Amino acid sequence: MGVGSGGFFTSKLDQAIGWARKYSIFQYPFVTACCGMEYMATSCSHYDIDRFGAGLPRFSPRQADVLFVVGTISHKMAPVLKRIYDQMCEPKWVVAFGVCTCTGGFYNNYATVQGIDTIIPVDIYIPGCPPRPESVIDGLMKLQDKIAAGAQRY
Amino acid sequence: MDGGAILARLKTKLGPRLTETHAHRGDHTAVVTRDGITEALAFCRDEPELRFDLLSDLTAVDYLRYPGREDGPRFDVVYHLYSVPHRHRVRLRVPVEQDDPVVPTATGLWPIANWLEREVWDMFGIRFEGHPDLRRLLLYEEFQGHPLRKDYPMDRRQPLIGPIV
Repeated sequence: MGVGSGGFFTSKLDQAIGWARKYSIFQYPFVTACCGMEYMATSCSHYDIDRFGAGLPRFSPRQADVLFVVGTISHKMAPVLKRIYDQMCEPKWVVAFGVCTCTGGFYNNYATVQGIDTIIPVDIYIPGCPPRPESVIDGLMKLQDKIAAGAQRY
Repeated sequence: MDGGAILARLKTKLGPRLTETHAHRGDHTAVVTRDGITEALAFCRDEPELRFDLLSDLTAVDYLRYPGREDGPRFDVVYHLYSVPHRHRVRLRVPVEQDDPVVPTATGLWPIANWLEREVWDMFGIRFEGHPDLRRLLLYEEFQGHPLRKDYPMDRRQPLIGPIV
């Protein structure tokens, strides 16, 4: 909560900012593998994530609010992902897209990170190999609820 | 050229350094000793009737505890050759002992051998003598061991950051 926690003015301001933020999601697509295809299908006109205000990906982490980690992360890639996350400005959220980012998926081997939540905090997990666009949109709407409901930082 | 004829040409050229040949449904393989491999590869590339101008793959196999080969050499380095003008193929194998995993490089014959040999070094720990820059190709420098060796523990993890999960 903000200044004068719980007061009428700040709680209404929180709601207004949450409402604005949940419809202006600027994503950073960190696409490393085949899940990227499904991510592109979701982004394009047929499923059209612009309806949820998430239609404009930013290819600089400094301009992005939501980090979409799409595809397998190897141990060699892990420091790069961590740096991208650190470069993003607050407030920021992370979506783990596909089972490889959630748990490592079927890659239980020497090369693959067993879930990106061992490296960076994750807000929404979207399982699937790859997830259907419907589940991606479901995950996105859950993220919107989380953004709107959470305490806002000004 | 017919696969059997290719193997016969190699046999005449190499003599006892070609220890074994094998053919199965058009796949012709010659097993060559380590001291004969450089000459065998150069012959395959330069002989006008063979003209294997493409090294389509260079890899290795770990035969640790392999049924029927418990006492034999542990590794095989495998060369897959293809000839674009003649449209024929051949495969050469070099048995390599565990205690002395070194093979002469093929970088002087095909430049692509540079990266393929680095990958074999990365995954199997087989060194290539005369290679100009034998570093790991896919894994990071901090990685210990060679993961495609059969005795690399399946659950061993070496993360650069984060916990060992």
